Amino acid sequence: MTEKATPKTKKSEGIGEGSLRQALLIPALAVLTGLIIGAIAIVASGGNVFVAYGALFAGAFGDPVKFFTGFQQLFTTGETAGLLKAIYPFSESIVIATPYIFAGLSVAIGFRCGLFNIGAEGQFFIGALCSAFVGYSIEGLPAIIHLPLALLAGAAGGAIWGMIPGYLKARFGAHEVVNTIMMNWIAFRLSDWLLNGPMKASGFRPVTPNIEHTAELPRFFPDPLRINWGFILALVVAYLVYWFLFKTTLGFEIRSVGANPDAAKYAGMNIVRNIVLVMSLAGGLAGLAGSVQVLGVDHWVGQGFSAGYGFDAIALALLGRSHPFGVVIAALLFGFLRGGATRMQSMAGVPIDIISIIQGLIIIFIAAPDIIRWLYRLKEIKVEETVLTRGWGS
Amino acid sequence: MTTINTTINPVQAKRTRVIFGIVLLTTGLLIYLLFGINTQAGLQTTFGINLAGSQAIPVPDLVLPSKLTINLMAIIAVFFGAFHLARGVKSTGTLIGVIAVTFVVAFLTWAAQDKSFNLTGMLSSSLVRATPIALAALCGVISERAAVINIGIEGIMLISAQVAVVTASLSNNLYVGLVAAILVGGLVAAFHAFLVIRFKVDQIVSGVAINIFGAGLTSFIGSRFLERNTDLLNNSGVFPVFSIPILSKIPLLGPMLFENNIIVYLAILVVIVLHITLFYTPWGLRTRAVGEHPKAADTLGVNVYLVRYVNVILGGMIAGLGGAYFTIGSVGRFDEIMTAGKGFIGLAAMIFGKWNPIGAYTSSLIFGFADSLQVKLQILRVPIPSEFLLMAPYIVTMIILTGVVGRAIPPAADGQPYEKA
Repeated sequence: MTEKATPKTKKSEGIGEGSLRQALLIPALAVLTGLIIGAIAIVASGGNVFVAYGALFAGAFGDPVKFFTGFQQLFTTGETAGLLKAIYPFSESIVIATPYIFAGLSVAIGFRCGLFNIGAEGQFFIGALCSAFVGYSIEGLPAIIHLPLALLAGAAGGAIWGMIPGYLKARFGAHEVVNTIMMNWIAFRLSDWLLNGPMKASGFRPVTPNIEHTAELPRFFPDPLRINWGFILALVVAYLVYWFLFKTTLGFEIRSVGANPDAAKYAGMNIVRNIVLVMSLAGGLAGLAGSVQVLGVDHWVGQGFSAGYGFDAIALALLGRSHPFGVVIAALLFGFLRGGATRMQSMAGVPIDIISIIQGLIIIFIAAPDIIRWLYRLKEIKVEETVLTRGWGS
Repeated sequence: MTTINTTINPVQAKRTRVIFGIVLLTTGLLIYLLFGINTQAGLQTTFGINLAGSQAIPVPDLVLPSKLTINLMAIIAVFFGAFHLARGVKSTGTLIGVIAVTFVVAFLTWAAQDKSFNLTGMLSSSLVRATPIALAALCGVISERAAVINIGIEGIMLISAQVAVVTASLSNNLYVGLVAAILVGGLVAAFHAFLVIRFKVDQIVSGVAINIFGAGLTSFIGSRFLERNTDLLNNSGVFPVFSIPILSKIPLLGPMLFENNIIVYLAILVVIVLHITLFYTPWGLRTRAVGEHPKAADTLGVNVYLVRYVNVILGGMIAGLGGAYFTIGSVGRFDEIMTAGKGFIGLAAMIFGKWNPIGAYTSSLIFGFADSLQVKLQILRVPIPSEFLLMAPYIVTMIILTGVVGRAIPPAADGQPYEKA
């Protein structure tokens, strides 16, 4: 099944100057084209593009005027309130991007090993629940122990949720796509039970109690700014994943298994171990996504907590070409788009869902660079192809 | 497929046998421990056969002594387990059947002890709920047999569902909605085919993009237009139940199979047609050749690209029919993200059914059954957390996939683009 790999063009010209330029240019043009088509959709539905995109920008990064008056206020009176208010949209975008980074890394690391983790959503939920449990049930611990413990619980919960399909795949060949979907549903049912039973806070809503302050990820600024250490953690983890995949022997093995399982097996690599390891790591990363969302932002978990993260995570991994740094950039892009969209909805009356349309278009354009080349009359230079989904695998 | 089934090596066969035996014994034990012990002697479980409003000839309800029935189920499972370990049972289908039937019967008897439970109602709602899953699975089967993976089914179904309700509402004709949904499904799939065949976009990527795009587009149109003009755009009514004369009079089977709406019948028709087309016509042979070894097919003069385009587009039309089910086939209006993962469950059913139309439909029935059980359980007020029982079908799927189906083997060229030399 693998020996007749797709006949990719073998005229490797190395990574020339031109191809590097295109590697950066094509995603940029893809985003631009997505926004242009989104603008057409806004006009077609009777909205004002300038108002809408102005609000999108202001909602994503902050209003320049407010920044200006904020700084003015800071220098004249020493008052920071205005500036903090101006930063708020930017902070919210980063807050949205933080779990996206983890979730995207989760799917990306799977792709690197030729595994398709559709289960990020369930792993996310389980991670969040584990972190919340450690967060509210243990009292009196110092933050320096409590917080890492809560994070670790989330990672472990997610890892177990990823490891089960990984083991079944490696040992019995049961397909990970089916099993991760099944694990998602099991996670949803389990959380239904937990949130209505053992983990339910007093009151009638099916939510967990608030976590202890010692388990919270510290925030950088006073309320309502919610940007917290989770973002720094996400960047550090992204670097660690990069280091692991590209600078260690184990990472090389994983990528080999992904590129050609038969060759990897022939070279004496342990396929079973690698698959189980990668699925556990993928689950752990998705679990951490849930952890940082609970510990840094919400401080409690409710039903439908993980809705949509699974899909978005797949999109992020693809957009970032399964490279950790690419995933970080893609997650920031999604964060800014989602953050800005909320304001766009309230200011310009454009439904927030336009962002999903734009996201879908961006993915198509990035996946089919030929369309962008054709649209903008770019010369064809083969950029190194790194996305490696293996269909249903083998 | 047949060559693979006949050449199972003895080690694997023995392993499968042991796993099956143990699963059967465990099932028997679980039935006894979970349900048998908890049931008081002397209670009765009533299974209703007659469905209110159905044309079937009324028959008396099935009244069973609860404890005896449950223990009998446990004994049957244990007996089959022991027999299988000792002598071996040839047909794996029988074994899966025994596991499923004994467990489900015992569970229902236990859940409805001292109460009445309408069996026909649940079975017929299983079939209805299986329909969209089955159509998604069949869309997957037809395109993947030609080696094109389509995980954008969810997005296609959403778009079709919306198109169906809007066109049906505007034209005041449900059939216009049905045709529009099918055509739009084909159109979106054609776009997918164009991307993956012409531009060689990664098939999974294209599918994911269609899902995100479909969810965004339908929600956008929903909140921008449908919410404000509900009566004009989002109020279509649903297809009426069409009873097949004579056949619908049969008790149990009649209300289940022959009193449904057009989409349920069409789904069954698609299964039959697809099975015959795939395995008994030249087109089916070409499709399978393209899916297994496109280069060989090309050498023999089959137009690989054409076969792939046609199959993917036909698949999209089937998914479009599935989309129509959600609106004009069941509730008569469009809600955001109303497909709720059914497209993905359909893909699971496709793999579970080993890329065969009939297998895919059967697997869909299991998921449909689980789905309808979930609703009925809430009515019955079962004493143990129903959430755990609801997990059962997913866990069973995983176990069966591990022990029985094992390596699900897709068409050999599945997911690979073809480049004409």
